[in-house]
Amino acid sequence: MGKLFGILLTAITLASAAIFAAHIWWMPGNISAQGAAVDRLMRDTLVGTGFLFLTSQLLLAVFAWQFGEHRNGTVSNFPGGSRPLIVFALLVVGIEIAAFTLLGSKVWASVYIRPAQTGELAIDVQAEQFAFYFRYAGPDGKFGALHPDRINEANNNFFGLDPENDSAARDDIVSGTLAVPVNRPVLLTLHPQDVGHSFYVPELRIQQDFVPGLIIPVRFTAVRTGRYEIVCTQLCGLGHYNMRAYLDVMQPDQFDAWLKENQAK
Amino acid sequence: MTEDVAGSRNVPVECETAPHETINLLRKYVFGADHKTIGRQYFILALVAVFTAIALSWLMRLHLAWPMARLPWLAKIAPNGAPSGIMTPEYYLSLLTIHGTIMVFFVLTTAPIAGFGTFFLPLQVGAPEMAFPSLSRLGFWITCASFGVLMSTFFVSDGPPISGWTAYPPLSALGSDSGPGEALGQTLWTISLGLFCIAQVLSAINFITTTLDLRAKGMTLARLPITVWTWFVTAVMMLIGFPVLFAAALMLLLDRLAGTSFFVPAGLVVSDALQKHVGGEPLLWQHLFWFFGHPEVYIAILPAVGIISLVLPAFARKPLLGQHTMTGCTIAIGILSFLVWGHHMFVSGMNPFSAMAFSLPTLIITLPSAIAGLLWIGTLYGAKMRFRTAGLFCLAFISVFVTGGLSGFFLAQPSIDSYLHATYFVVAHFHFVMGVAAIFGIFAATYFWFPKMFGRMMSERLGQLHFWPTFLGVHCIFMPMYFLGFVGNVRRYAQFSDDYLLPLVPVHKFITVAALVTGAFQLVFLWNLMWSAVRGERAADNPWGATTLEWSTASPPPARNFDAPVMVYRDANAYGPTDDGRDFWAQSEPTGASAVSARGGGRE
Repeated sequence: MGKLFGILLTAITLASAAIFAAHIWWMPGNISAQGAAVDRLMRDTLVGTGFLFLTSQLLLAVFAWQFGEHRNGTVSNFPGGSRPLIVFALLVVGIEIAAFTLLGSKVWASVYIRPAQTGELAIDVQAEQFAFYFRYAGPDGKFGALHPDRINEANNNFFGLDPENDSAARDDIVSGTLAVPVNRPVLLTLHPQDVGHSFYVPELRIQQDFVPGLIIPVRFTAVRTGRYEIVCTQLCGLGHYNMRAYLDVMQPDQFDAWLKENQAK
Repeated sequence: MTEDVAGSRNVPVECETAPHETINLLRKYVFGADHKTIGRQYFILALVAVFTAIALSWLMRLHLAWPMARLPWLAKIAPNGAPSGIMTPEYYLSLLTIHGTIMVFFVLTTAPIAGFGTFFLPLQVGAPEMAFPSLSRLGFWITCASFGVLMSTFFVSDGPPISGWTAYPPLSALGSDSGPGEALGQTLWTISLGLFCIAQVLSAINFITTTLDLRAKGMTLARLPITVWTWFVTAVMMLIGFPVLFAAALMLLLDRLAGTSFFVPAGLVVSDALQKHVGGEPLLWQHLFWFFGHPEVYIAILPAVGIISLVLPAFARKPLLGQHTMTGCTIAIGILSFLVWGHHMFVSGMNPFSAMAFSLPTLIITLPSAIAGLLWIGTLYGAKMRFRTAGLFCLAFISVFVTGGLSGFFLAQPSIDSYLHATYFVVAHFHFVMGVAAIFGIFAATYFWFPKMFGRMMSERLGQLHFWPTFLGVHCIFMPMYFLGFVGNVRRYAQFSDDYLLPLVPVHKFITVAALVTGAFQLVFLWNLMWSAVRGERAADNPWGATTLEWSTASPPPARNFDAPVMVYRDANAYGPTDDGRDFWAQSEPTGASAVSARGGGRE
């Protein structure tokens, strides 16, 4: 039985490790400026934990194979008692903790704790059950104020704007698709209309909740053109699974044309 | 309180060793305060709960793999949830909510501490009963009421809530505007949660007092079995954690029913209706919930840590390596578990600096866990392991505890979590480390303690038939979920319609088949329990040659546990060759008190 357990555990361990190592199911290609650092950290973490995974599972398998009831010899203790194991854990796991804390904090700060960059494109994002809406400030560069009591789906007034009395709101452009120019820093301001939602684009390596009552800034720079899915990852109701929008990363001239076209609408 | 103890000590308690007395069933099973009866009842409640939750997960898995499949029998069971036999997305979310709630509260909290703890803690400290027997009884019925209220949500008009076991407001606070199940169903869920909190606080007080006050002569703190230490630490955590959850549940209930705004800010427009709430803060719920919720993970797993540390040596026939270090790890995990709750909120919009502050203790908590894992593996070295079912489940526990624990390294780092958060990676992580590991602990405990609880041995053949497919099966179910997480597969989706998720549906089909098969093998376990309780071989007092006090009394133990006053001479780790040719010393054996301690090794 011990031998069978050893074989089964070894098979499970090697098969899992091989699938991880071969990246058979893996992250989609990164398209953001800060994503490369996240990918490196992910790789380092996989190596660090992979080492501990293989060491401990294979030790367990070998010991189960070797130390069955019917073996010859007497019961003996681990050489040196518990101390070598405790020292090993403190050293190896301790080093990994220190390394991940230092590396990880740096990556985290580069995404979430950083000053505004010049030439940032500000886009206001509102989430509702079960859609995202994106608002661009228009030629005046100013967003109109939000009035929740004026929100009216039937009139397509998703943000509750008041163009009659608010000149800043008149040229605001509202879209169901998030279009951004490639290589230009983008600042999203996230706020939901109803319940909690989340903004997740795997390719950007960014996930951020929408929290009712808060306006949450998210900064990224997309470095590769193309169409990507934006999905909701915070349970928001019966249509949660179907709540999505598209991120279109365009060449700057295409983006300007897109903006003009939507302004005209 | 002392009157309670003194008073109940004079009350004769009926039990199975007194067949000549007329057994008053009502008195024994409804009002009786014998901890062994209550422990068995908790165990049975957890069994009912776990098979209910498994059945719910089967329905969920079927829907994820074949969302458009028409299941006529489902339309009969759940006419609202699956009209015409095709499950609605909201019914999927209801199942998800109830599956999670049942598993976390009524299985992983109920079985390891309320069930086994209530039965074995008094026995293992050498006490005749719990410190407050009637609190124990009251706690059981409140837990049952809580379970009943939770299950009643299936029978209210719009069904159980859809907000998940975490019930984040405002989704959970706004009533029917925010979705089906959010009216009466969510209110009942919140009441059920509140009741459960009350029951757990009663249990916790009882465990702590019994451990501190009712130990037999000679049972010093250092001689306490590791299981008692883990139940004790767990009880302290419950005493701190559950009142906070209770407060949160009460506030949520007031937001829902009394028009308060603890968790709901102004200006929300839900289903075209401007909500009347002003001034609340949804993140407050998340802080309160996870301040309880993360320790809860350890409330579920620490008793299993104790069980493995107790059962593994009994089958390895040698002492646990570094037993006092293991106790220290348990206490360290208990303390650290209250400092890490923010790692559930890295992407919540919490101040990004606090993410860094919560990341470090989260990583540090892997240290005591890693030491514990290595001590178990080191214990196996040089053993003469008896690969009985209980022993096998110990080894399997170690393996899945490592697999699940290591994935915590990823989620503890905010920048990686912001990719993996809310994906199947997280589902795999907590199912391995909190679900499967804790359940394997429960299995090990059941195969180990069943003879003491029910007086009969479980079938070893059925046990092996249960173990092997289960060990392989859980890997087929949960290992692929790690891979799905890497691809960015979002959890809590009723079906996968996003372009990038469609290629993953075959993986989900594989998982579903694995879940159905592995789940079916749990029926072998259920059959083994029922068959063995009636037909199993009569159990000797100490069939495994184990050291703790419950094995020095009859199987099952008599009314007041021990026929004679108990005296304890050594710790529970005394495995090793003795002068009379055995390989263990029971804690209550008076002779050769120091013989084995000197030789037993395994101490630091």
